[in-house]
Formats: sequence, C-alpha cells, structure tokens
Amino acid sequence: MANRDDIKFLSNPKIGGKRKKYCRFRKYGIKYIDYKDADFLLSFVNEQGKILPRRITGNSLKYQRKVSAAIKRARHLALLPYVTDLLK
Amino acid sequence: MRNYEVTFIVDPVLSGEEIKTTAQTYSDMLKNANAEIVHIDEMGLRTLAYPINKRNSGVYYCIEFRVPNGDIIDDLELALRRDERIMRFLSFKLDKFGIKYNEDKRNGLIGKAKRPKSKDKKDDRRGDRRGDRRGDRRDNRDKKPATPAPEAKAAKPAAPAPEAKEVKPATPAPAPAAEAKQEEE
Repeated sequence: MANRDDIKFLSNPKIGGKRKKYCRFRKYGIKYIDYKDADFLLSFVNEQGKILPRRITGNSLKYQRKVSAAIKRARHLALLPYVTDLLK
Repeated sequence: MRNYEVTFIVDPVLSGEEIKTTAQTYSDMLKNANAEIVHIDEMGLRTLAYPINKRNSGVYYCIEFRVPNGDIIDDLELALRRDERIMRFLSFKLDKFGIKYNEDKRNGLIGKAKRPKSKDKKDDRRGDRRGDRRGDRRDNRDKKPATPAPEAKAAKPAAPAPEAKEVKPATPAPAPAAEAKQEEE
C-alpha cells in the first residue's frame, strides 16, 4: 500500500499542460527572412496558403511583419501560391 | 552604397542560350551603370506555384548588386517590364542582415545547412523532450520502488522478478488513492 504522502495527483499534471510559445527568430537570432526560401516560409502558412496568425506561430510582432512581407514577395514570384487547397 | 537584389523569371519556352543571354543583358546593363555585381544566382527551372502567362514553369535568376544610389532601379524595372521574355520580376533592397544572409548562403553556411538544421533542431528538440519525459517517468518508476527492490532482490535473486515488482506498484497506485478519496468523502 502506497503512502498517502506519495499520492498528490490522481492524473499526471503534465498532461494537457500548454507549452509556452516563443518567437523562433528571437530565440535563434535569425535577423533576415529570405523570400526565396519557400520551404521555410511554408511553415508559416496553413494548408490553404494563408498566413498563420501570431497567436499560433508565436512570432513577435517585428518578425511576424517580416514573415508576412516575405510570404507576399514569394507569392508574387510564384514560389508560394496565393490560393490553394491541400498545400501540405 | 546600397545593395539590391533583382529576382526575375524568364520564359522557359526560350532555348537555353536565349535564356542565358537574357540574364546576361541585365547583368551587362547593371555593369554599364557602374553597378558592382555581387553575385548572380541561377535558381534554374522551377515549377510555378500558379500559372503565369499560361506557363507552368519558369527559369529563376537572382542578381545581387551594389550601386552608389538607387537611380538605376527605375531604368532596370522599366527594361524588365518591357521585356517579353521576362514573366515576373521583383527588385528588393537588402538591409545589412540580408547582405550577411546572402554572403553566408554563398559560403554554404545557410543554403544547405539551414533547412536540414532547422528540421533536425525541431526533431531533436521533440525527441529530447519525449526522451526526457520518458526518462523522467522511468526515473520516477525506478525511484519509487527503489526501496522494495533490494528486498525483492534479496529474497529472489532472479533477474525478471524485480522488474515485475517495479512496474506493479506504479500502476495500481491510483486505484487505492481513488478508493481512499471516496472513503474520505
């Protein structure tokens, strides 16, 4: 029989806990976002090719602006689509 | 001095030489205007994300150059616009980070390394996390029955027996706890 003191939680408290979002550009010191690198920009759009909001990507405002500008440039050069389905 | 970058898409229907001469004309034009060509990147034939002028692919070129002032950009863009061989273009002023990025890319610090690195990083991180968690759980499991384990070993020196005993206390633990709570209530 386990002691009462050992049992603090009936379920694992870590389950369902939210991981804190962070801005990857700040964290890894990325200062420039290349509009020609379509593969990288793909991680900031959803499968319809829409730019993901900051609340999902966790980007800081400064870099979200740069990301969106880079995505728009890439779209102009047909590196990324304006509209699609099943992009990923 | 300002650094600029002009990316343009050449019509793929042209023959290989024509495509090269097209790119050459613009680099010559820049040279004539006292621009210092830093690098010409031939990104090659790519499929377009959406059709332009009823073409589904295009030959990408990217010219990076350095000029004292931006007067040439107007002329360059006008020429690009008038050229039927050019399907699309984009001129872009590089900031200091962009210049550094392009340099690093040319030296192979980013171009190849970045993609797999970022992927690896993610994977590693995830892997680490999972690994850590699993490790923690295992550690916890190991730690909890750490006290009874030696006894078991002392009683039964068989190898599989302690393992079984180690796992058992972890799983039935919540059940008595629930019972205990119910009793309390």
